[in-house]
This record gives sequence, structure tokens and C-alpha cells, in this order.
Amino acid sequence: MSSEASKAISKEELWGGGRSPFSVSYGKMMMWYFLVSDALTFGGLLIAYGVARHSSEFAWPIGEQVFQALPGLEGHYPLAYVALMTFILIVSSVTMVLAVEAGHRNHKKDVVKWMGLTVIGGFFFVGSQAWEWSHFIHGSGGAFKITQAMTVTGTLADGNTMQFDLNSADRIFMDHHFGTLLEDYLHGDPEVTMVESNGTVTLTGHGHTAALEEVMVNKYVEDAATVSGADMMKLWNAKASNGYVFGANMNENEYGVQQQYANFFFFITGFHGFHVFSGVIINLIVFIMVVRGVFERRGHYEMVEKVGLYWHFVDLVWVFVFTFFYLV
Amino acid sequence: MERDDLIVNESYALNNTHNDEAGKKIRRKIWVVTGILTLITIVEVALGIAVKRADSGLWTTVKIGFIVLTLVKAGYIVMSFMHLGDERKNLRNVVLIPYAVFIIYLIFIALTEGNFQLDMFEMFH
Repeated sequence: MSSEASKAISKEELWGGGRSPFSVSYGKMMMWYFLVSDALTFGGLLIAYGVARHSSEFAWPIGEQVFQALPGLEGHYPLAYVALMTFILIVSSVTMVLAVEAGHRNHKKDVVKWMGLTVIGGFFFVGSQAWEWSHFIHGSGGAFKITQAMTVTGTLADGNTMQFDLNSADRIFMDHHFGTLLEDYLHGDPEVTMVESNGTVTLTGHGHTAALEEVMVNKYVEDAATVSGADMMKLWNAKASNGYVFGANMNENEYGVQQQYANFFFFITGFHGFHVFSGVIINLIVFIMVVRGVFERRGHYEMVEKVGLYWHFVDLVWVFVFTFFYLV
Repeated sequence: MERDDLIVNESYALNNTHNDEAGKKIRRKIWVVTGILTLITIVEVALGIAVKRADSGLWTTVKIGFIVLTLVKAGYIVMSFMHLGDERKNLRNVVLIPYAVFIIYLIFIALTEGNFQLDMFEMFH
């Protein structure tokens, strides 16, 4: 970009006072300093997550097995939703940089268009995160604990079978339909009834019927396997009366034995989501100011650039959260 | 009170208004960077699904690949979208060098501590 920044200026003139040695305004420089400090906060959070994971004696939940649902669809789409969220945020970052570019041309109409799209993209991201949180909190099926050690045969995802030596208090995972009805049943919902006979368990209620056809072991870690038939009933009959976990909250989560997993999810994505939300609000305020012609009268659109820096930073943080929370 | 956030002269970076001709070139660059960022995200997700963690040798390579690709993505966002590449070198250094030094040190010290904690746990259990 042909600008002051690429101009050669002598050291004496640059540092001699009376001008910004960085050739940026006070506001923009302070925005950069704020972003450095905020980046240190996020860096600290992600590193704390890394420490918890490196020092964990149990297998850590795997991203593509925990996050594989899409709204309104059955089946498994590992990481598809998170990838979509990443894409939404990247696109809204692009519209932001286009708004900044239009601002440099003093082209109000283009700034309005691109800022508007940025605000919409931001709302889409916040909405996506709300769905993701809701899904994470409600879980997918839940788990029960068994009261004694036993060996069962499970079928791995590639079709091979494998023997699993389970310990007392290990978690056994139910499928989504059965787990949802069981949760209602355990909460004393009078509409849900349970029938156990001839080696099957059937739950009926709310217009649905779900039979226990298979359960899973190691669901969210390596070697996730499906157990059915007699072995499944062996596990069901050994279940602890109060060892159920459905979804996640601040005290327990079905995804990992480590509660830190859920707490870091809530804190890191929550802290990032809070940044996105405040970014959307700030973008909205600046958008209104653009529409009202405040910057046109001021003669430059540097404010768009400053909120743009914050908005790109939010995208930047998500790139790292995406890698270290979901991919690795 | 006198406002100090207003640009009173032309001596600041990026305040200079560029014309439509330059704007076209800049927009072209923006779309190229968009393509690169999207492509990297697609590659990352594809690798995450295709490579099984049980294949530990390959998975370690993929993990390092994720971190490299993330840094490439971050570089494009910071240097291109945030225009840090177009700023004066001293601003670039003031932002990047202290951050890099602190974070590399913190990663090293914290992960060493985490691994040590696991070693101790395994030794005494």
C-alpha cells in the first residue's frame, strides 16, 4: 500500500518529537497494545489447556468424536460444524477488510455494504456458537457407570472386533434416542415407561419408542467400539444406580473423565464468544455511525480500521482455538 | 477537551486515501488471501478426518502440520488483514517480538511442567 509507512524518514526526524515514530495515530497504536495484551490472555488460556492435557493420566476426548453433529441432521459429520463456524468467521473478516479498503477510498456506500455484512456474519457466528454450546450441554445420549470389572467384545468403526477389559466405574455410552428418553425417565417423567424383558430394554414416551440395541465403550477416545447382544445386557445389568452422566455442566461431563475438558470448553470458547459478541456490538455502533455520515464529515474512516483490527483479532484467536481445541 | 484521536495532518499510515485503481489491486489481494485461508481450513479438516490417531507416527506429523498451517493462517490474518505488514517496521517489532518471546517461553515452561506432573503420577501410582 502506498502510504506513509513505507516512506523513508530519517531517524532524527522520526524520533525528534512532534510526530508519531510509528506513523500511526494514538488510537490505532493503543488498539494494537490492547490486542497484544488480549492475545497474551488467550495464549495463557490455551497453554493452560495444554498443561491439563499433557498432565492427564486418562485418555483425552478427541475433537472429531465429540463434535460431529449438524443441526437437524442425523448421522456423523466430524468437525463439519466447527469448520463451518471457522469459515463464517473468516468470511466476516474478509468483509471487514473490504470495508476498511472502501474507507480508504472514502466510498461511503461500499463501507456501509461491507460493514453491514460483517455485522451479519458476526451474528451468524454467535448463533452457531449458541447451538454448539446447547448441543455440548445436552450431550448425545449420555453414559452410565458399571459397578464391576468385566470383559466384553466390541466392534470397532472399521468392522474389526476387539476385547475390552473394563474396570469398575467405567462409563458405558448409550445412543441418542435411548439416552434422551432415559434422562426423562430418570427425572420421573410420568409419560415415559420402561420395559425390560427377554434381553431387551425398551423405553416409550412422548410419541417415541427406543430400544437398547447397542451401547458404546470408549466413545470419545481412541478405539471407540459398539457392543451389542448379550454383552450389552451384561453391561446394562451391571449399571450403577446413580452413575448417570448426561451432557456437560460445571461439575460433570459425559465426554471425558476429566472435568477440566468441559470447563476449558466453556471458558475458552465462552471467552472467545464474549469477544465476538462485544465485537458485533461495536461493529454495529460503527456501522450506524457510518450510515449517519460521521466519518464522512470527519474526512477519514480510521475508526472502521480500528474496530477492524479488533474484529480480525477475534478471527485470529478462533484460528488457534480451532486448532488446539478441535483438531489436535 | 481537545480530542487527540483525530488525524490532523497527512503524516499517518493508511490515512492516505487511495484511488479506485489501487483499490482494485488491493481487493484482488484480499480475495487471494481469502482463498488461501479457506483452502488451509479445508485441508486441516480433511487431514483431521482422514488420518487416524491410532497411526501414531503419521498422526504426530499431521499434528505438527496443523500447527504450521495455523501459523501460516495467523500470519496471513495479521500481516494482510490487519495490515501489520504495511506498517512501519518498528511498530511490527513492538507488537510481534515481545509477544513471541513471552509465549514461546510460556509454552516451553508450562508443557515441561505438565509432562513432569504426568511422569510423577505414573511413577507413584
